[in-house]
Amino acid sequence: MPRRDDLESILVLGSGPIVIGQAGEFDYSGTQACRALRADGYRVILVNSNPATIMTDPGVADRTYVEPLDLRSLEAIIAKERPHALLPTLGGQTALNLAVELDRAGVLERFGTELIGATAEAIHRAEDRDAFREAMRQAGLEVPRSAVVTSVEEGRSAIDGLGLPVILRPGFTLGGYGGGIARSREELDQRLTGGLEASPISQVLIEESVLGWGEFELEVMRDRNDNAVIVCSIENIDPMGIHTGDSVTVAPAMTLSDTELQDLRDATLAVVRAIGVETGGANVQFALNRDTGRLLVIEANPRASRTVPFVAKATGVPLVSHAVRLMLGAGLDELDLPARGAARHVAVKEAVLPFDRFPDADPMLGPEMRATGEAMALGGSVEEAFAKAQRGAGQELPMAGTVFISARDRDKPRAVAVAGRLSRAGLGLCATEGTAGAIRAAGVRVETVGKLGEGSPDAVALVDAGQISMVVNMPSGGGAHTDGRAIRKAAVRARIPCITSIQAAEVAASTIASGVVGTETPIALQDIGSGVESPRLREAAGPRTLGMPERAR
Amino acid sequence: MARVRALVALEDGLVLEARSVGAPGTRLGEMAFTTSMTGYQEAVTDPSYLGQLLVFAAPMIGNGAGPEQDESDRAWPGAVVMRASDNGIGTGGDIGWSDWLADKDVVAVDGADTRLLVRRLRDGGAMRGGVTTELSACDLLEAVRAHPKLDGRDLAREASGARRSLGDSGPVVAAIDCGMKLSIASGLVAAGCRLEVFPAGVSAVEIAAIDPAGVFISNEPGDPAAVTTVIGTLRDVMGRMPMFGICLGHQLIAQALGMSTRRLPFGHRGANHPVRRAHDARVEITVQNHGYAVDADPLPEGVEITRRSLFDGSVEGLAAPDLRVRSVQYHPEARPGPRDATYLFEGFVREIC
Repeated sequence: MPRRDDLESILVLGSGPIVIGQAGEFDYSGTQACRALRADGYRVILVNSNPATIMTDPGVADRTYVEPLDLRSLEAIIAKERPHALLPTLGGQTALNLAVELDRAGVLERFGTELIGATAEAIHRAEDRDAFREAMRQAGLEVPRSAVVTSVEEGRSAIDGLGLPVILRPGFTLGGYGGGIARSREELDQRLTGGLEASPISQVLIEESVLGWGEFELEVMRDRNDNAVIVCSIENIDPMGIHTGDSVTVAPAMTLSDTELQDLRDATLAVVRAIGVETGGANVQFALNRDTGRLLVIEANPRASRTVPFVAKATGVPLVSHAVRLMLGAGLDELDLPARGAARHVAVKEAVLPFDRFPDADPMLGPEMRATGEAMALGGSVEEAFAKAQRGAGQELPMAGTVFISARDRDKPRAVAVAGRLSRAGLGLCATEGTAGAIRAAGVRVETVGKLGEGSPDAVALVDAGQISMVVNMPSGGGAHTDGRAIRKAAVRARIPCITSIQAAEVAASTIASGVVGTETPIALQDIGSGVESPRLREAAGPRTLGMPERAR
Repeated sequence: MARVRALVALEDGLVLEARSVGAPGTRLGEMAFTTSMTGYQEAVTDPSYLGQLLVFAAPMIGNGAGPEQDESDRAWPGAVVMRASDNGIGTGGDIGWSDWLADKDVVAVDGADTRLLVRRLRDGGAMRGGVTTELSACDLLEAVRAHPKLDGRDLAREASGARRSLGDSGPVVAAIDCGMKLSIASGLVAAGCRLEVFPAGVSAVEIAAIDPAGVFISNEPGDPAAVTTVIGTLRDVMGRMPMFGICLGHQLIAQALGMSTRRLPFGHRGANHPVRRAHDARVEITVQNHGYAVDADPLPEGVEITRRSLFDGSVEGLAAPDLRVRSVQYHPEARPGPRDATYLFEGFVREIC
């Protein structure tokens, strides 16, 4: 396999402390990269301020520095080690930001250190909102209408063109930190002030609302000859408006038609070419309006993202070591990609949310990431994988008992369908007046319970009394917002599943109705990457084999 | 929901239990698997599956069906075998997938261990198989083993469409329809030519009579070695005008050029087959659906291998520049799959302009 022989030593940046939005996934990516580089004979110098990581274990790198991830210490390390190259695309946003700083400060140039994986220009085009919009415009792709503002006053006038609600995204932050949804002018003022403070460059993007649109991500790898492959498509079940880190995620995407998938694929290739991700891996996020077919590019990460460990396990493709080898000159045709790379399983990721430790927090999902972990599962269907993932995340789906449902008007038709499926599966239903009326009108039995403080017992009291086995609560504005909050908090106290998007409720209902909960088949992770099937799996794979036994091999 | 038991069998004796979700009955044919993860309806309406039973290797199938996903007006594989299926309307159309299959008289089953089937076909090679909602395991196996093999069968005439004209401007292309997908015709027309479509039995004289600027040969089901009429026609026309063929058309061109075809162990069917171009080392991610390949050894004089599969090195493209003949084994029209190769239609139309 070709390799860059002009480079001998490579500096790898870690992602620093574990925070929401930047956790074990980057330790995984960095560790995999160090191993691949050393296996190929490069000298690896690693810097990470967090010693509680796998990558800082002895033997992962040739030289390991546990030092602050800032300009000053990096400059000193580079001066001492004189690495030939800096690989900043595996340490999350922290490493990428630091690479930009080192480049701007002239440190890389001074010591002859080449940026590999992503050039400073590519990082800029992906991260800088204006540059990104311009690159997308030139590639003929649409992005959400938006305005970049640096003050609350600018924000107020931007609203005149964009309408409400809008999404706020502070520049150069991660995990959506400091971001949010503004539904009113008052909320805009308040959130924008916070967002401007959160952004290291005091810049906030105010974006047209694509709340409720389908959210998809494609993982792509590209080589020096401009060959590119889509490694995996990902569907975020929770729609736009809920941070991808908190969303239930399915791979491969299951609801796309072939035409839609090819549109996304073509757009992804156009995006990486426009951004200038020349070699290695990238992740591109899209919003798709399933009613109008309008496709928007949301963002492109010219680096390993949170999805990398998930995709690697879902597909069996060692994304990081492949990406590193592409950066160092290998071609895609020289990598060991699984032949016919077909999906053999459906993979589901569920976020692990820490609400039980914060009894006062509203367990409501939004654009700011809340998850502190994730559970991933593989199955023969979305339902099987979802059931396993829910259990892994500590939210075992109920097979009996009563489900409380409350939905805003917009979601009511779909909520009624969810109620019908749950009822037919043998679960009881209760709902507040409005939702109960709609469910009853569809001929499904449901008990009406009082709103908070009305009637006895009210929904919260029922949850607290352990009489509810799952809460499905789609938030709306106004009073229901506060009511909903009390019910959601009660669900967290009672440690029962609490579902807050209609899309997740549909998957949950379908899973419960399928009868798969409790009958899932275990799949050994080791069998996925190796391409070897475990005999146990084959036997357990549901249907009985009649006739002659399989030939011995 | 009624759970009607169904059986899936291979000629080597493997019998699997499944559940009927489509039409009732028994269907026999060559068991073929596709690894494509989308485009279920596009696959089932692809005439290349005539004489075959289709196994979806991807685990979960069905997104609703609608006319915009049709590649012809009927279903071609006699049966469809799935691990899990979904009959929801979804976002893909106006009728549930299983209901659509039943409407099209496809014996469709789910709950089958498709991974075991795929491994068996991968390791044991192409086999005849059967799917039934009515027969016992013994009767099904007997029927499978009595069914004629695909080798030696010319299915072009059965899959072929009627004489028709498409498009309204540009040079005229005579297209030999051996089971042509709709998107092939629309891809060529979109590239800027007028299409005069002939059924598979067309003679060189009939083609010459319309004085076309070029000849195109489509995909097709069956054994390429058995399609002797079309090979003869191609040999007569070759060199008189530019010629372009895809899939089985590529295999017929190869035979007209003096090469032979051979059976692949288990075929190439999927939407992610990498193919390397010889002239610039670029890799195209291609859509494939074929059970036979061109044997290019020995390579006739004046013929070049322009493309090879990165999976097994088999021939994926040929050119005979002096005769103005080109062909590819894969499907530039995509559907289902990546559209990286649509430039081939445009290239052909440019050549004849």
